[in-house]
Amino acid sequence: MPVPASAGASQLTIELRGVGKSFGGVPVLSGIDLRLEPGSVHALVGENGAGKSTLSKIIAGLYTADAGELLVDGEEQRFTSPREALDRGIAAIAQELALVPGLSVAENVFLGREPRTLGWVSRRKLRAAYVALAERTGFELDPDVPVGSLRTADQQKVEILRALARGASLIIMDEPTAALSAHDARLLHGVVRQLAASGHTVVLISHFLSEVLELCDTVTILRDGLLIRTAPAADETEATLIEGMLGRTLGSVFPPKPPVPADAEPVLRVTDLVAPGVHGVSLDIRPGEIVGLAGLVGAGRSEIAHAVYGAARRQGGTVEVGGEACPPSSVPAALRRGIFLIPESRKEQGLVLGRPVRQNVTLSNLDQVASGGWLRPARERREARDILERVTVAGDDRRHVGALSGGNQQKVLFARALQRPRRVLIADEPTRGVDVGSRRAIYDLIVEQAAQGIGMLVISSDVEEVLGLAHRILVIRGGRVVGEFAGAEMTEENILTAAFADPTPNEDA
Amino acid sequence: MSDTIGIKTIDTAATPSPWQRVPWRSIAIVFPFLAVFIALSIGSPAFLGPQNIGNVLDRQSGILIVAAASTLVLIAGGIDLSIGATYMFTAVVCGTVIVRVGGLTGAMLGIAAGLLAGLLIGLANGLISTYLKVNPLIATLAMSFIILGATKLVSQFGKQGIGQIRVDFPEFRWLATTKPLGVSLPTWIALVIIVILAVLLWRTTFGRYVYAAGGNAEAARLAGIRVNLVRISTFALSGLAAGVAGVIDLARTPSVPENDAIATTLTFTVLAGIVVGGTSILGGEGAVWRTVLGILFIAMLYNGFTLLRIDPLFQGIALGVIILLAVAFDAWSRLRRR
Repeated sequence: MPVPASAGASQLTIELRGVGKSFGGVPVLSGIDLRLEPGSVHALVGENGAGKSTLSKIIAGLYTADAGELLVDGEEQRFTSPREALDRGIAAIAQELALVPGLSVAENVFLGREPRTLGWVSRRKLRAAYVALAERTGFELDPDVPVGSLRTADQQKVEILRALARGASLIIMDEPTAALSAHDARLLHGVVRQLAASGHTVVLISHFLSEVLELCDTVTILRDGLLIRTAPAADETEATLIEGMLGRTLGSVFPPKPPVPADAEPVLRVTDLVAPGVHGVSLDIRPGEIVGLAGLVGAGRSEIAHAVYGAARRQGGTVEVGGEACPPSSVPAALRRGIFLIPESRKEQGLVLGRPVRQNVTLSNLDQVASGGWLRPARERREARDILERVTVAGDDRRHVGALSGGNQQKVLFARALQRPRRVLIADEPTRGVDVGSRRAIYDLIVEQAAQGIGMLVISSDVEEVLGLAHRILVIRGGRVVGEFAGAEMTEENILTAAFADPTPNEDA
Repeated sequence: MSDTIGIKTIDTAATPSPWQRVPWRSIAIVFPFLAVFIALSIGSPAFLGPQNIGNVLDRQSGILIVAAASTLVLIAGGIDLSIGATYMFTAVVCGTVIVRVGGLTGAMLGIAAGLLAGLLIGLANGLISTYLKVNPLIATLAMSFIILGATKLVSQFGKQGIGQIRVDFPEFRWLATTKPLGVSLPTWIALVIIVILAVLLWRTTFGRYVYAAGGNAEAARLAGIRVNLVRISTFALSGLAAGVAGVIDLARTPSVPENDAIATTLTFTVLAGIVVGGTSILGGEGAVWRTVLGILFIAMLYNGFTLLRIDPLFQGIALGVIILLAVAFDAWSRLRRR
C-alpha cells in the first residue's frame, strides 16, 4: 500500500555535532555526531543507560545539550521545550503514552489544536480533519471511541496521528513495540514503513534487534554515552550489534534448559480456573519444569497469573500447590504455599519506587528479617546483600530503587522472589524493557530456579524468548488454553498459528 | 551457569557525590526550625525561659499526639480530615460521662469512654475508606460533619443548664495539673506517644508496610501485604490519638466550648504541621519526627508573634505562605529526582 508523500510533511534533515550532556556532574552523553536523513528509519540501540533516551530527548527538546550543536536543515537550533521542537516538525512518542483516556480518538489527535468555529470546537470539522489524516496514513480507527478503551497498539497509533496532525516530519519512538504482541508489533512496523515512504524520518529506539535489522535503514550504536558507530542496517547482524553494544560478544542468548524429572508429580495443578478474563484454564507444572505462556497481549495470560496467585478474584476452579489447595483471592495464602509472582509491570505492580533497594528486596518476606514484628536491620542488610549479589545487582542498596536501570529493577524483583525457597515462580514479561546484558542474567536466574526443582511459569510476548526458555508452551487466547506444544512441535509457526487461529480474538467472551 | 555474561550493571546514578547523598528533602524542616528558634532566642528574652517553653509544649501536647498519628495515615496513602471533630467528640463524651457518673469512677470511665470513642471513629473511617472504597478525603470530611452533629447530641446530656460542659474536678484534672520532674503530664504523654509511633514506623514490619501501602499500593498487595488492614490500622491509631488529645485538653481547660471552628482549626493545623514537616500528602514518604518539628515550628512562629507583639492578623498569612513553600519544595524535589 504505497502512500503518496503528503503535502504537509516537509522533509527535515537533522544533524548533531559533538553533542554532550551531563546530569549532576555525571556525563551521560559526549561527542555525539549524528545525521538523520529524511525519509529514513534510523535506529538507536544500546544497553539501558547507554544514552539512547537522553539523545532522543535532546533532539525532541526535552533536554538541552550542554555541549555541541543541533542543526535542523543546516540551521543551528537550541530547543528549550518540546513545543519548540514540535514547531520545527520534531515529535517524540514516549514509552508511557500521554493520552487523555476519557476523550475520543479524534479529540486526542487534535488535542489543543481543535478546529474551531467562533471559539467553539466544531465536531464536524474535527471529524473531517481526522478522516483526512487517517486516510493519509491508512490507519483504521474509529474516531469516536474513547482512547481509554483501546488496546496499547491502537493508542500508539493515536499518538502517531497526533504527531502528524501537528505537522511532525520527524517522529521519535521510544520502545514502541515493547508493550505490543507480535501481531500488533507487525502492524506498527507497517506504519513505520508508511511514514518513511511518505518522507517522514523515524527515529526508533528498540531493544528488539531483529526488529531493528528488519525495519531500519540505518543503525547507530551507543555505549556508555559514546557513539560507537553508525552503519547501514544491511551491514549489521544481531551479533555485530550486540558486540557493539556490550563491547564484547554475548554467548548464546539462552542458557541450556535443565532436564525435568520425568515422572514427578506436578507441583502446581490448576483445574478449570475461572476469574475475570479467564474462562476455564487447566494446567500442570512439574518441579523443575519451565512452562511458557504465549499469546497476544490481552489474551488473558496475566489474568491467569493473577488468578493463580490469588491477586484476582477466583470465581471457579481449584489451584493446588504440591497437593495443597489454595483458597481463592488471598495473596498471603498463595505465598505461604510457595507461589510467587513477579508481575508484568515493575513500576506499577512490582516496586515501591521511592523506597531503598534493600527494602524492596525484603518487602514480601519481612518476617524473615524481623522477630515478632521488630525489624533486625543488621539481618536485613546481610540478607539483602547476599541475594542482590546472587542476582548480580551491584552498588549501594540504600539507594532508591527508582534510580536503577530497568534490568536491575527486574533483578531486584527476582531477588525478592529468591529471598525464600519457593515452589512455583510465575514471571510475567520478565525481560520487558530490559537491556541485552541483563536479559541473559535474568534467563540464567529462571533456568537456575528450575534446576533447583521449582516449577516456573514464564509469560512472554516475545515468542523467541518462550521458545528459548520453556520446556513446554501453552498458547492462550480469549482466556483459554488453545494450544499446547512440547519438543519438536515447539515452533514459532505453531505458536503464532494457535495464537491467531481466530481472526478476531474475542477478548470479552 | 555462564559467568561474566550479564554481570555488567551500568547505572549513571551509581556514584553520587557525598553532597548528593544527603537526603535534603527529609531534613529540610530542620533549617527553618533552627532559624526561627535562634531568631526568637535572640529577639525575645522571654522565649527561651523554662516558663514559656513549658507552656508552649504543654499547650501543643494534644496537637502533637494527633499529628504524630495522622502522619502514619498520610504515609499509608490516606488522609484524615475528621481528627478535629473526633477530638471534640471524645472530649464531650469524656466530659459527659464524668458529669453524669462523678467522682474518681466517673473520671476513669470518662477517660476510657473518650479513648474508645476515638478508636471506634478511627476504625469506621478506615473501613469506609478501604472496604467501602470511598475516597478517604471525602469519607473523613463526611464523617467530620456526622461527628460534629453527634457531638451536639451528646453534649446535651452533659450540660448543666445552658452553659458548657465543665469538669472542674480534681479527680480528673490531675491529668493536666500533675508535673512529674517539673514537666506537665500532657507533655510527658505526648512524648511517650510520639516515641512509640516513631519507633513503630521506623523499626517494625508494620511501619514498613505503612510506607509500602502509601508508596505503591498495588505492589504492596502483590507482595502479600494486607494493604487495607494496614490503612485501617493507621486510621484507628489516628482516631485513638484524637481521643487521647481530646481527653488531655479537656483536663487542661477544663471545659468544652461548643464551637465547630475549634475542630476545623485543629484539623488544619495538624495537616499544616505534617506538610511543613515534609511528609508528602501523596503518601509513601515522611517521618514522625519531622511532623513534630513541623508542629513546633508553627507553634514557635505563633509564640514569636505574641512575644514580639506582632499583629496576630499576620499569623495566618505567614502560615499560609510557609505551607505553600513546603509543598512547592516537595514538588520541586520530586521533579529533580526523576
